[in-house]
Amino acid sequence: MKRSMTIFILCFWGALGSAVEPNELLNDPILETRARVISQALRCTQCRNESIDESNADIAKDLRLLVRRRLVAGDSDTEVVNYVVARYGEYVLLKPNIIGINLVLWLSGPFILLLTLFGLFLLSRKVENCSIAKLTDQEEKKIKDLLLR
Amino acid sequence: MLNELAHFGLNISLVLAVLGSIVPLIGASLRRTDMMQIAPVFAILQFGLVGFAFAALIIAFVGSDFSLRVVVLNSHTLKPMLYKVAGVWGNHEGSLLLWVLILTMFAACAAWFGRNLPHTLYARVLAVQSAITAAFLLFVLLTSNPFERVSLPPFNGQGLNPLLQDPGLAFHPPFLYLGYVGLSVTYSFAIAALLEGKVDASWGRWVRPWTLAAWIFLTIGIGMGSWWAYYELGWGGFWFWDPVENASFMPWLISTALLHSAIVVEKRESLKAWTILLAILAFGFSLIGTFIVRSGVLTSVHAFASDPMRGAFILYILAFFFGGALLLFAVRAKVMESRGVFAVLSRESALVANNLLLAISCFVVFVGTVWPLIAELIMDRKLSVGPPFFDLAFTPFIVALAVILPIGSTLPWKRAKSRHLTGLWPVALLCLGLVGLAWAMQTGRSLLGPVGLGLAAWLVVGVVVELYQRVGRGAGKIMRLFRLRLADWGKATAHAGLGITIFGVAGLTAWQVEDIRVMQLGETVELAGYSLTLNSVENTKGPNYLTTLSTLELRRNGVLLTELKPERRYYPVAEMPTIEAGIDSAFFRDVYVVVGDQQDNGGFAVRTFVKPLANWIWSGAIIMALGGLISMFDRRYRVAASRRINVKKAAI
Repeated sequence: MKRSMTIFILCFWGALGSAVEPNELLNDPILETRARVISQALRCTQCRNESIDESNADIAKDLRLLVRRRLVAGDSDTEVVNYVVARYGEYVLLKPNIIGINLVLWLSGPFILLLTLFGLFLLSRKVENCSIAKLTDQEEKKIKDLLLR
Repeated sequence: MLNELAHFGLNISLVLAVLGSIVPLIGASLRRTDMMQIAPVFAILQFGLVGFAFAALIIAFVGSDFSLRVVVLNSHTLKPMLYKVAGVWGNHEGSLLLWVLILTMFAACAAWFGRNLPHTLYARVLAVQSAITAAFLLFVLLTSNPFERVSLPPFNGQGLNPLLQDPGLAFHPPFLYLGYVGLSVTYSFAIAALLEGKVDASWGRWVRPWTLAAWIFLTIGIGMGSWWAYYELGWGGFWFWDPVENASFMPWLISTALLHSAIVVEKRESLKAWTILLAILAFGFSLIGTFIVRSGVLTSVHAFASDPMRGAFILYILAFFFGGALLLFAVRAKVMESRGVFAVLSRESALVANNLLLAISCFVVFVGTVWPLIAELIMDRKLSVGPPFFDLAFTPFIVALAVILPIGSTLPWKRAKSRHLTGLWPVALLCLGLVGLAWAMQTGRSLLGPVGLGLAAWLVVGVVVELYQRVGRGAGKIMRLFRLRLADWGKATAHAGLGITIFGVAGLTAWQVEDIRVMQLGETVELAGYSLTLNSVENTKGPNYLTTLSTLELRRNGVLLTELKPERRYYPVAEMPTIEAGIDSAFFRDVYVVVGDQQDNGGFAVRTFVKPLANWIWSGAIIMALGGLISMFDRRYRVAASRRINVKKAAI
């Protein structure tokens, strides 16, 4: 509890309410937009589940400035993200890479959907067969007799 | 003394809960009326005792009884009365007691309203409910006793987390718990039905009001939480895909599915096993949510009171009730044969699709929430799963759901023909037109906004068309509209509410405008047709905090609209700052201002947003809940019991 409180205070302290501060902004609006998009997908390493764009922690500010420096230096968006990941680990990625074991995470939804659709397809065929093959020969005969009568 | 009595009352209640779960169960299988009859008595007694304990805790908080540990840790004499009371559930121990109180309250309600149920089903429902109460009471008494004393009572308490000192958050937990715990009743009904080995249309009818009640509370609770995050956390987001939020969202998704599949059970005696499974899953996810919030295994912005020991206890409860139920289901599900057969194009199929999409979207949320845990435990990798993942992986299912909703809700039961769909073609074209228009107006930007608007319009207009079709042709249309059943009105209202929420989400996500700058006193900023002047920034004092209050004038075309007063508060007792955004809400947009630190040049960091349709998100949630409420008052739930008796007489 104590520790979580400290983290909480670190994240919300100081430049409260203004995660991205005016003096951090780049003059070039296109670069700035790119910086915002990138920072919204990077996690603050100190906080609980906040992007560096939302966090007020010092480390988040450092990371925001780092992202902007790399952009000004001419890096592409992927290069910037790779640069940050190389230093802080994949923990900072709010959107996990779609490679390796993470495929399980990304594809679980569509996979289950296909599986159930297939299951439902089989089930519907079974139900159809059942309802069609319900009458025995005797019953058929009975019906015929009744109809002919 | 009162506290000791309350503690003692909880112990008695535990004994009653244990007896109340064992004796009626035995009685039901032996068909012994005397043993079954104790169930309602015990249920009401438990409610009385736990209610007494909870009242005692409230008295302790209100009177600032600092001999109790929870009061010391979570209260302070200077706190406003509302937050002294809200402080009761603003901590682990108290909120758990509230959880148990609501459990017993629902048990007492089931005991009261269920008197007309078949005797064995009635006894079994109450027994299962009592077993859940026993488990949670044990949890309270063994690990989280709210009546624990301190040896040296201090002069004052340590205060409540300032973020929780807010009207929105004061009532958010009770609503959420009413929802979570309300699902325990449907769970009890499901287990009782499995024990009885019988699920029929009347079962569907008995369960539905309980599901509806839980769902209404969950909807309101989640809506409140989202609204709170919007105005209190300072960047105006409404949903963060935080583990704790997901914990409340998963039961909501499942209970929404349950609401719909229970209709199929009730009307067509189909999908029985699936509905039972959903009822088990819904409460299972409530328990998982409780585990996530209280064990601290997943870090999140607003999880409180994390303790591994408590986590382990909830895990046992979860394993017993969830695992046990699934086992029972596996053994007994065969008993429930479905009667009604239906074609691929029918209302039933549409509801199956609804269930499928809701269940899978819940599954996606679940996998995303626990993935960091799995990665760390199994692969020893520390990674994060955040909003970008959920936006991508979750949204398609909800989009698909919204696309089929108006189609499905106009289809007839059992077997439909494609001509039944013709009424919707004009709607579809209209909505596509809207998408095109929105897209043309903002070419080059994300498609999210136009698609969202189109979907939302499709939902809302779909509802109108459905109502129109229901009243048919010819004279007396209006009169027939009034003669529609309340359930139909509820359905229409709830579906329209969903559409309105989607309008809000689309508008806010796609067309929000933001401005961050340093403003000097008296300076004016122009944003999206509005002009905002920073008039003053002054330091003042609140009841238990210091505040920096800024005043800004909001103008449009030179006309003064309002004064915005954003604050930055500092709570000395907790040594924590909070922010209160200045928000001007209007029908089509919110103007949202946060004033930050003073800068080196004497100006202030000001962050301004214009958020289109922001209010629609929460209004939609309220309208959805209202739809549920209307549906709950439908005649057939009130007369269900007497009708059952009539049927019996007729059979004789």
